[in-house]
Amino acid sequence: MAEAQLPANMPATVEQASPDRGYVAASQWKLIWWKFRKHRLAMLGGIVTVMIYTVALFADFFAPYMPDQYASNFTYAPPQTLHLFKDGAFRPYVNGYKVEIDYNAGRRNFVVDPEVEYPVGLFVQGKPYKILGLVETNIRLIGPVNPDDPMYLLGADRLGQDVFSRTIYGARVSMTIGLVGVGLSLFFGILLGGISGYFGGWVDNVIQRLIEFLQSIPSIPLWIGLAAAIPVNIPPLQVYFLITIILSVLGWTGLARVVRGKFYALKAEDFVKAARLDGCSPLRVIFRHMVPSFLSHIIAVVTLAIPGMIIAETSLSFLGVGLRTPVVSWGVLLQEAQNIRAISTAPWLLWPGAGVVVAVLALNFLGDGLRDAADPYS
Amino acid sequence: MAQYIIKRLLYMIPTVIGISIVSFFVISLPPGDFVDRMVSERQQAGETITAEEEEGFRAIYGLDQPLPVQYFKWVSDVVLRGEFGYSFRWNRPVEELIWQRLALTFFLSLTTLAFIWIVAIPIGIYSAVRQYSLGDYVVTFLGFIGLATPSFLIALVLLYISFKYFGQSVGGLFSPQYIDAPWSIEKFLDLLSHLWIPMIILGTSGTASLIRTLRANLLDELRRPYVTTARTKGLPEYWLLIKYPLRHALNPFVSSLNHVFVGLVSGEAIVAIVLNLQTTGPLLLDALRTQDMYLAGSFILLLSLLTVIGTLFSDLLLAWVDPRIRFR
Repeated sequence: MAEAQLPANMPATVEQASPDRGYVAASQWKLIWWKFRKHRLAMLGGIVTVMIYTVALFADFFAPYMPDQYASNFTYAPPQTLHLFKDGAFRPYVNGYKVEIDYNAGRRNFVVDPEVEYPVGLFVQGKPYKILGLVETNIRLIGPVNPDDPMYLLGADRLGQDVFSRTIYGARVSMTIGLVGVGLSLFFGILLGGISGYFGGWVDNVIQRLIEFLQSIPSIPLWIGLAAAIPVNIPPLQVYFLITIILSVLGWTGLARVVRGKFYALKAEDFVKAARLDGCSPLRVIFRHMVPSFLSHIIAVVTLAIPGMIIAETSLSFLGVGLRTPVVSWGVLLQEAQNIRAISTAPWLLWPGAGVVVAVLALNFLGDGLRDAADPYS
Repeated sequence: MAQYIIKRLLYMIPTVIGISIVSFFVISLPPGDFVDRMVSERQQAGETITAEEEEGFRAIYGLDQPLPVQYFKWVSDVVLRGEFGYSFRWNRPVEELIWQRLALTFFLSLTTLAFIWIVAIPIGIYSAVRQYSLGDYVVTFLGFIGLATPSFLIALVLLYISFKYFGQSVGGLFSPQYIDAPWSIEKFLDLLSHLWIPMIILGTSGTASLIRTLRANLLDELRRPYVTTARTKGLPEYWLLIKYPLRHALNPFVSSLNHVFVGLVSGEAIVAIVLNLQTTGPLLLDALRTQDMYLAGSFILLLSLLTVIGTLFSDLLLAWVDPRIRFR
């Protein structure tokens, strides 16, 4: 059969695809999926990313405590080890604490007391919450069987709040701020990059100069400058959106460059010319004919742009000019670890940082794999 | 080449004008001004300030003028007299505060850049030539971690390690006795002995990304037919590598120079705040928080100028290395 002669850049339509026709008849997205599947690290990155977003979505279920639940008699309690087995049977427990007084520093220190054991259970009853804001329940994945027993798997902070729970809740804000910021950047990127690439000429020139200009401004000083302008007394949700806007001010430039490059390359393609000669309007040419053929590239670039946003938000919040308490994000949590005294007494306050690293790594791997798979015909 | 340089210099003019406008705009964004903040601070301290006194302060600082007037006055002072305005908070002219800090930022960024190149080039070559070896995997793994970790987090972890295991604090750029001392050989040596920690922290992500770039570029080049030709002709392996593929692969290196430099100047701000360095970062953050507008604006302006000059330098370097750019 001469089926291998299919033109390279003409995606076979879904109607043609049937399992027995195999590789040649597969749709573009199927080919991308096949290519992506071969990339082990990217698959791993994808799975971890999905897991993080799942945990963020159902944070109430995965976290043992509410993020603002505090216990003033357990300030800076160190992490406990979760023991899974006792006497050869699956009976998870954690050890209790005893107090030692540090006369030099003049404060109480908690140390893990191996004598005391608190049983820990799965699917225990905790503080009530609503699943996705709809169904009320109080079942939590893990927690002490007796709700009054202390369980700090990653230690406690200055107010005796559970670092583990707060890191889980922090994923909500930190992970979505990347998505929202990239979404906003993408809108401006496609709009301006598309205009630039489609029309060319002086419009292109002006937009390109603008991009070069924005890229030459050092990002962090500019971000700090803009973020410092956010008034102190506005509600957290507004701060959240203002931060995403600030991040997008520079974020769209990179995406616009990619979109423009693709537009330039595709403009000369026969199928675009044909569409135009058929009398399609510019909008139809762009959205019906051009966008589908570089959508996969855009998805890859977007995935690679999210980590930068996450790091930027974390950095700004860490400096105290981004999100602020009572919002719980990884950057806000790391603010607790800002000085050497806090780090030396409670190094476990750095755990939210591990969240950042894992999330950024996973997204980078995922994005790398998507980029490689984006053009399945190469 | 001369034509290219002139063209490139002319391109800079609108950029610089744009930067000065943006700098001024950014610092005039917050609601209220420095006098408002000063008044509320004094009121908390129990003083009373009348509305006339408040207006008097505004007149002294020139804050009663409309913004465009303030902008033009500031810019003309900067251009004609080299005066950057007055820092309300420090009660000193801005130029007395900024130059040393700016110089330190520049010095730190430049040494970090050198550090990145010195580390990234040999490792990148190794990683490409010995593709899929154990060393390559280790380097790639470390590189990914380096890219994924925000610089301030590396700084915090290093702070903890040095405190916990070496019992010393790594913050600052000078030992206490040298902070206010005049410049001397000893002070410079003291600076060098403190510089390496911020240099490594700041350089990590840049090094990681350059290693990856060089590895990918060099791998592309090594698969070209001319490499095979050279090999069949019996060229020694190291010479074969250095003569053409490496030179090719370094080209994108030079073109990414400006991005790396902008990233350094920008990343420096946050590392400096964590490590409490005597560079621009901490003072800039402080100035922005207290709305000390001329100080903050001058910092943003000069930092941006620094990156513009860095970009110019790297563009010229690229044009010199790659003739195709000059004649485009």
